[in-house]
Amino acid sequence: MPQAMERVEYVEYIGALYRSDSRRVLATLIRLLGGFELAEEAMHDAFTAALESWPRNGVPENPRAWLISTGRFKAIDRLRRDARFDAALTAIADQLESSAAGPSSLHEAGGSEGLEDDRLRLIFTCCHPALTPDARIALTLREVCGLGTEEIASAFLVPAPTLAQRIVRAKGKIRDAQIPYQVPAREALAERLDAVLHVIYLVFNEGYSASLGESLTRHDLSSEAIRLGRLLMELLPEPEVLGLLGLMLLHDARRATRTSADGDLVLLHEQDRSLWNQQQIHEGAALVQRALASRRFGPYTLQAAIAAIHAEAATAAATDWRQIVGLYDVLLRVEASPVVELNRAAAMAMRDGPEAGLLLIDAILARGELAKYYLAHAARADLCRRLGRVPEAIAAYKRALELARQAPERRFLERRLAELHGAAI
Amino acid sequence: MKYLCLIYDDEKKWETMPKEKAGAIQGEYMAFTEAIKKSGQYLAGDALQPTHTATTVRVRQGKISTTDGPFAETKEQLGGYYMINAKDLNEAIQVASRIPSARDGSIEVRPIMVFE
Repeated sequence: MPQAMERVEYVEYIGALYRSDSRRVLATLIRLLGGFELAEEAMHDAFTAALESWPRNGVPENPRAWLISTGRFKAIDRLRRDARFDAALTAIADQLESSAAGPSSLHEAGGSEGLEDDRLRLIFTCCHPALTPDARIALTLREVCGLGTEEIASAFLVPAPTLAQRIVRAKGKIRDAQIPYQVPAREALAERLDAVLHVIYLVFNEGYSASLGESLTRHDLSSEAIRLGRLLMELLPEPEVLGLLGLMLLHDARRATRTSADGDLVLLHEQDRSLWNQQQIHEGAALVQRALASRRFGPYTLQAAIAAIHAEAATAAATDWRQIVGLYDVLLRVEASPVVELNRAAAMAMRDGPEAGLLLIDAILARGELAKYYLAHAARADLCRRLGRVPEAIAAYKRALELARQAPERRFLERRLAELHGAAI
Repeated sequence: MKYLCLIYDDEKKWETMPKEKAGAIQGEYMAFTEAIKKSGQYLAGDALQPTHTATTVRVRQGKISTTDGPFAETKEQLGGYYMINAKDLNEAIQVASRIPSARDGSIEVRPIMVFE
């Protein structure tokens, strides 16, 4: 700990501590105080108190424990003050003061497992399946990541009041329906962990697909999701947690090469592999290996394994399509979905030729589930193009263009159409 | 904490259900009720007559108006309820998931409001 700092240095030190530790402090205060609102106020009171006290008395030996016990006392004070208007609060304040988890036990527990559990409790509570998916995302980014309401709102392109409402409602439900502040019991863990992983995956995807667009704030969501993934892995290293983190790292490693300098879409086989983030690819691939070795892996690990094969191929031509098709087969057994089938069909086209892929895609399209999915038509168009079936390719690109939303995707399809028209003449 | 578990199910399916199957489900309900009585979670519970017996009552401008049928026509109808005791929502969800109708119908879990 720095000795004899100037006042401004204390302010900087406390600011840095806020960024690194405020979520941990909050997570423990929610447990001690039994509610989000009271804990948030207490946390801010504690940091304010630190700004007053530390420049005079020096930084305490265990700053985090100091902040937690100060926050707790500030909350009790606050309840006592408000108790003049509401007698019921006196009882709550008394109860909090005499509760077992006193400040001394906190000092002893500084940085120990008990407090790490609080962060896990916070994650599981924010991602509770009794909350709407939108609320889970908003609450997780707000409470676990510490992002501001405005920041989250602009990242998800919703008005700030709407997002604030969503968070208030979610906290209201946690309080009124009594969603417990708990890491789920073993028998419920797998299912509840799925909900947490899904929130992280959605946050990542929101940022990843936005990286095609303009907004920088939105693509920061990918980094935030990776941070969340790392935190979860530190707290609960289950195979699918490793798998999801690996998947995100492997996708993110290619982010810079997915669009050209003009913002145009660059397909995987045309990307400049020398610009892929090798360190992230190594880390992601190692996580996939660990997850696979556990033999308890699931869909995230399988998707990550596919991403790893792509990322580790020296050239697009060197891609091991046989293995990719095999992994898609397993993925279909674990989690059947038409989108997975479509991806498998594209891999089959690479392994056995466009004809084989086209047969599969036509069968999927005939079932109708993906009739409005632009990538299904774009994939069909690409295979027809490779087979020299120009009019069919043009028709499919046109259909894809009707359905595509993002500007770079649309420009890509238009380019392909123009090329085909050129070829047809 | 008290939670009300509202059981929503397609009441029409009871009309066409073979007797043995209806009897089996009733047996499951009795076993479930017995189990939550033993565990101390049961507070109350009833099955309701079908919605064709329902009357919806409103008072407008001081006058009582009644209409035949349930408040809202839906694909699944309120067919019964359990009032239970659970320490938190997780436990309430656990209990609700064991109600036989949860398998093909839906259970709405609502915490009971406490007035101080």
